[in-house]
Amino acid sequence: MNVTWSRFNITSIVLGFAFLYLPIVLLIVFSFNESKLVTVWGGFSTKWYVSLFHNQGLMDATWVTARVGVISATVATVLGTLAALTLTRYTRFRGRVLFSGMVFAPLVMPEVITGLSLLLLFVAVGLDRGFLTVTLAHITLTMCFVAVVVQSRLITFDRSLEEAAMDLGAPPVKTFFQITLPVIMPAIVSGWMLAFTLSLDDLVIASFTSGPGATTLPMKIYSQVRLGVTPEINAACTILIAVVAIGVIIASLANKRREVQRQRDEQAAQRG
Amino acid sequence: MSNAAVPAATTSPATDASKSTLVRLGAAFIARLVIIVPYLWLLFFFLIPFIIVFKISLSQTAIAMPPYTPVLDFRDGISGFLSGFGALNFDNYAWLTQDALYFNAYVTSVVIAAISTVLTLLVGYPIAYGMARAPATIRPTLLMLVILPFWTSFLIRVYAWIGILKPEGLLNQLLLSTGIISQPLIILNTYTAIFIGIVYSYLPFMVLPLYSSLEKMDYSLIEAAKDLGCPPITAFWKITFPLSLPGVIAGCLLVFIPAVGEFVIPDLLGGSQTLMIGKTLWNEFFANRDWPVSSAVAVILLLLLIVPIMFFQRAQAHAQEQDR
Repeated sequence: MNVTWSRFNITSIVLGFAFLYLPIVLLIVFSFNESKLVTVWGGFSTKWYVSLFHNQGLMDATWVTARVGVISATVATVLGTLAALTLTRYTRFRGRVLFSGMVFAPLVMPEVITGLSLLLLFVAVGLDRGFLTVTLAHITLTMCFVAVVVQSRLITFDRSLEEAAMDLGAPPVKTFFQITLPVIMPAIVSGWMLAFTLSLDDLVIASFTSGPGATTLPMKIYSQVRLGVTPEINAACTILIAVVAIGVIIASLANKRREVQRQRDEQAAQRG
Repeated sequence: MSNAAVPAATTSPATDASKSTLVRLGAAFIARLVIIVPYLWLLFFFLIPFIIVFKISLSQTAIAMPPYTPVLDFRDGISGFLSGFGALNFDNYAWLTQDALYFNAYVTSVVIAAISTVLTLLVGYPIAYGMARAPATIRPTLLMLVILPFWTSFLIRVYAWIGILKPEGLLNQLLLSTGIISQPLIILNTYTAIFIGIVYSYLPFMVLPLYSSLEKMDYSLIEAAKDLGCPPITAFWKITFPLSLPGVIAGCLLVFIPAVGEFVIPDLLGGSQTLMIGKTLWNEFFANRDWPVSSAVAVILLLLLIVPIMFFQRAQAHAQEQDR
């Protein structure tokens, strides 16, 4: 193993991860800067976090973003799971090529195109821009990501489990909820989290489809960044990073525990 | 599914048969529903909007809300719709070809995206290779570390670079204090900053597909080549690289296509001097409020990307068939 994992490999990994993480670490460090200048260290302080909580505009935007994120991620997870089932289970139906195109294209489509086209749709059907339109736009974007995540789990799914259940007389719907769903649940959960973070993160599509009263956090941060870099934005970003990091860590720990539990069950089943 | 509750022992062969037909009909209905719901959603929220973009790109700008004249409107009935074809105008497209700004923006965007894709590949390949050759016990951790930045906000990651690349920023402070340079480097608001931003933001998209194809590779092939006297560099080009080609293609498409229409990176790191089509579209829409022209810009951008996007979709479908 030492021979194959050479010094070159280790160096490239260390440099690569330094490149990936250094900017984020610097951003977090300077959110605790006493000085108003972002790049000159003036001592440790948490005053920017305090001023953050007195910034009503930012707080409102956070609340809007959280609601849009939870609602859109939940609907997108349901739709994305259905789309994944369609892609893996129903290989022959009219318009399948179009369907898989519509699932994969949004993954790479430049956001300015998606944003503009959705806005023009909302105007054409006479829907006022606001909370609802941002949520609908985010559902459309993120359901495709959910579909890809769930699909990759469904492909490796052992279908003989379902067949066994149905041979024993379980109807298809019951089979789905009792056999298939528990097995693909980890993928569905990570699909939901991906959808939520993508919604939390989106600036371009939200800018096109949002209206007055539905300013999201990225829109707020963007308008402040345009005016200049301030430690207060660093503080807001740090909180956002912390929330996402904690979420990801909890999810992966839960995943691991479930995995350990499953292995224990399997061993017990073999012994019994 | 109440018929599941019927105890099997009491069902006569006749009801059994009818039950199975019912179940089959139910299953067929549910299968329909599973397909139809996401299908209709994507048709309505993904495909139809493009048709509307195309329609509005053929209308004229007007000082109204929405700021364009109606074309091909069904409100006048079919005859009104058909007579609308006479009113179509291609002025917006003519405008795009006359003004060199747009042409330059398209070309620059494609060139910048292509160079950034190559740079991302050069940076990402050694990382993915190193990860694939790492001891199996630490591979999940490394994978997690690559994915984690992807979970943090794109906007925040781009923003973080402003503080680093500014003339009085951290990079210049470091280089000046160590005496490597005597004048601060001007990186922010140049194309160099855009390259750095794209490589940084899209690196996980490149590393993940590369890693998954490199990890599947059988390294005894390399051993065999070495035993037969093949130098490592030749072995890399003759064995490793061709075998990782699916990952290279997937990674490059995942970086190139969105990078062409990128807005946040050129706007925050490129400043006003740099020209990219995503930014042009944004400005036409938000600053000039010219919806028809921005729709025309979007249509051309889409035409430019349709071939790579179809290529991407084919590659995805192919990968899916192989995993099956």
